[in-house]
Amino acid sequence: MSGDSQRFTRLRLEGVTRRFSGTAALSGVSLTIEQGEFIALLGPSGCGKSTALNCIAGLLPLSEGSIWLDDSRLDTLPPQRRGFGMVFQNYALFPHLSVRRNVAFGLQMRRLPRGEIRQRVDAALRLVRLADQADKLPGQLSGGQQQRVAIARAVVIEPSLVLMDEPLSNLDAKLRLEMRTEIRRLHQSLGLTTIYVTHDQEEALSLADRLVVLRAGRVQQVGGPEDLHTRPANPHVADFMGYRNLLPMVAGPRGGATVLVEGGGLRWHGTPVGDINPGQAVVAAARPEDVRITDPGDPSAVPAAVEVVEYQGREVAIEARCARGTLLHLRADRRYAPGCPVAVTVDPERLLVFPAGAGNGEEP
Amino acid sequence: MAVDRPRRRLTASPAAWLVWGAVALFFVNLAGLIGSVVVSSLGTRWFDSWLPMGYTTRWYSWAWREFGLLDVLVTTLEVSLLVIVISVALGVPASYVLARRSFPGKRALTMVFLLPVLMPPITYGIPLATMLYKVGLAGHTSGVVLANLVPSVPFVILTMTPFIEQIDPTIERAARMCGATTAQVFRGILAPLLLPGILASSILVGVRTVGMFELTFLTAGPDSQTLVVALYYSMSAAGIRAQQSVDAMAVMYTSMMLVLLVVALRFVNPTQLVAQATDDPDR
Amino acid sequence: MAQPAAWRHRMAERGVDWQLLLLGPATICVLGLFVYPFCYGVGLSLQPEGGDVLASYRRFFTDAYERDTIWTTLRLALPAALFNVLASVPIACRMRGRFRGRRALTTLLVIPITLGTVLTAEGLLNYFGPTGWFNRILLSTGIVDTPVRLTNNVTGVMLSLVITGFPFAFLLIGSYLAGIDPALERAAATLGAGGWQRFWRITLPLLAPGLATTFCLTFVLAFSVFPSAVLVGDPAGTTRVISIAAYHAAYEAYDYSLASAIAVIMGVIELIILAAVLGWRSLLYTGSTRGKG
Repeated sequence: MSGDSQRFTRLRLEGVTRRFSGTAALSGVSLTIEQGEFIALLGPSGCGKSTALNCIAGLLPLSEGSIWLDDSRLDTLPPQRRGFGMVFQNYALFPHLSVRRNVAFGLQMRRLPRGEIRQRVDAALRLVRLADQADKLPGQLSGGQQQRVAIARAVVIEPSLVLMDEPLSNLDAKLRLEMRTEIRRLHQSLGLTTIYVTHDQEEALSLADRLVVLRAGRVQQVGGPEDLHTRPANPHVADFMGYRNLLPMVAGPRGGATVLVEGGGLRWHGTPVGDINPGQAVVAAARPEDVRITDPGDPSAVPAAVEVVEYQGREVAIEARCARGTLLHLRADRRYAPGCPVAVTVDPERLLVFPAGAGNGEEP
Repeated sequence: MAVDRPRRRLTASPAAWLVWGAVALFFVNLAGLIGSVVVSSLGTRWFDSWLPMGYTTRWYSWAWREFGLLDVLVTTLEVSLLVIVISVALGVPASYVLARRSFPGKRALTMVFLLPVLMPPITYGIPLATMLYKVGLAGHTSGVVLANLVPSVPFVILTMTPFIEQIDPTIERAARMCGATTAQVFRGILAPLLLPGILASSILVGVRTVGMFELTFLTAGPDSQTLVVALYYSMSAAGIRAQQSVDAMAVMYTSMMLVLLVVALRFVNPTQLVAQATDDPDR
Repeated sequence: MAQPAAWRHRMAERGVDWQLLLLGPATICVLGLFVYPFCYGVGLSLQPEGGDVLASYRRFFTDAYERDTIWTTLRLALPAALFNVLASVPIACRMRGRFRGRRALTTLLVIPITLGTVLTAEGLLNYFGPTGWFNRILLSTGIVDTPVRLTNNVTGVMLSLVITGFPFAFLLIGSYLAGIDPALERAAATLGAGGWQRFWRITLPLLAPGLATTFCLTFVLAFSVFPSAVLVGDPAGTTRVISIAAYHAAYEAYDYSLASAIAVIMGVIELIILAAVLGWRSLLYTGSTRGKG
């Protein structure tokens, strides 16, 4: 059951459903993962992403659906016979075993010869740059080092699939960035198929080849980083991808590629996502960085008053309120005094217009 | 923490004085109580006076011979070891499942395991002894061991639960993801991590078994008495034996328990000695 | 092949799989040695040698000598358990936090657990007896003229219950108290609560469930009092507790039906008291005692 003989071309999830005492944590998730891909499962807490990962790992039985590795059914196998590697959020290192014996554990379970175990453990520890810490106990290592041991332990068995459950969320901001680069480097050098669960969209965008956005146990959107970043499929995905301005509005007439939307004292042109008919209730979404302070003479300018100013280094984040009470999040390159009147606008291609209620139904 | 004074000042409130006074009174009387037994066990004759007329150690050798204490001690040891081994072997796996898993009927089963600890031993001891006499097990060491298992197995389950809960379940999952089977997880991961807990719970079961009077009393025959029961008989048959020899025996019993407890305190928090039911209805 | 696998799967989803077999040996042990004998005892109690099904129970309740053992037991066990719990609270509160000699004090408190009934009984008879040190001190300081009678009566048994039960209650309450986040009291202090208010409004409500549990456990100890009631009490009269009645019925009168009936009655009384206390406890807040969610 050693991993290296287990190369596969495709992992398929078919209608995977998991219920906890009646409520579905995961409902009807279907997904195909190609060999060598780095997939991120992304979503707010409680969206079912960890459930999905545990179902794939075999740590949770499915309520419905099936999981296939090429042509063999996987979901009836216990976790120890699936040959996957897993990195846990809290590292889950064996506290009573040295770093070396932690990494060697999986190889010992596979009853490999002693010499080969030693050789592979050394290689794995060099890979995560911990060769000099091999004889320490996990408790003697820093958080970042512990996480690297956990990664070494997962990859040393040369698994056909590596599962990572929010591996960076227990680290501080600086270490998180370093480990992110490390994980990407490992993926590029080993080419291991990886499923990575996170709630941090920035982490997911920077690491993954493809992202799967989950909400309330359902897949909302699957796509590359650029797709998700610039063309979220519905307001929920938009919200999650950093579109902080989500404005309930009403659609007006279409003009070419854009549509006029009105509401809350605003009157802007935006880019429709999906079918939008005049008079329909819509949600207009824009990122704070796409809302600009402009000249009051601009025809699309809306007057607003600055309420809160937060200094963020290169720029300042501003909350401004329009005459009719709508609150807008925007960025500016200089400080404004609270109360200061400004005129704000959004470019039509940067304002996405979704039908209201999109993403709430059965189908994304 | 800076607010906390390193030492309590002597200008404490009257309430504090009252409390410390009560504690001191308790200890003074306790010391008097223990001291009087120790002095009596070492005294020659002690009637209406502050101290005995002379001192001797002959009551100890007398008690040792008269009560056949060597046999009694061997029986006590034998019973305790058997109870420890069996109750750990039965209790630890059950405790693991109860701590980690949820399954239909778990609450009812937990209740069944809790009841023997909550019931006075006499209530189930009498019918149990009657039953054991019927099948011919009572009156022998095996009957005493069986009776003592009733509170011990639940006790192991209860004391092991916090130790098991301390172990992060993701560690077990990690082991399974490394390819370990259930047996391998138990051997390679859980057993070494649970060893301190098993040790603690064994010692506590030992202390309780050595001190368990009622169940042993009800099931023991003449050659399967443990130390407490022998003590009780020697004292309730007072008048026949010299009181000092009973005192000597009691001192020996207490020293033995004290050694056991000092050993136990090296491994466990004192509260675990008494916290029989670590109940948590919210779980 | 697919069918059984799927079935196993469905059961696993409900939390039923082979691992539950680990419960087996312990369950068999408790069922065989506790539940079955208990039921056997109930059956035995309903098969008296003469008379109808309930004859043993009727005999117990109509004979004042037997019936009064319930009252005798409760009169000893309830005050003893209550005293042990209530006396422990102020002492445990005093002993919160770190101070020199704390560990030594805790170790000292463990000693009474090692004494065992017989040494306690011997000690009580020696020390509190009419010619014991305690009475000698009282006499020589002129507090009393004649020795106070403290043994071979209810007081003796009560003293024995306190000596063995108090350390037990104290250690338990101490551990419950240690579990209460001290930051909560500090938070109350910043909001203007004085020492007493902090105790009544913050500490005591959080401690109350622990007190109820401790009461139950000390009560169980005190309720099953048997050796000390014989050795330092007045086993034929004022301290003839229910366990003595049960023992006499079984091993002196050889009336196993009556003995079992008494055992059952004992269990029922015990359960009623526990249910009352735990029922009251369930009305209390029993959640986290930390300051954080």
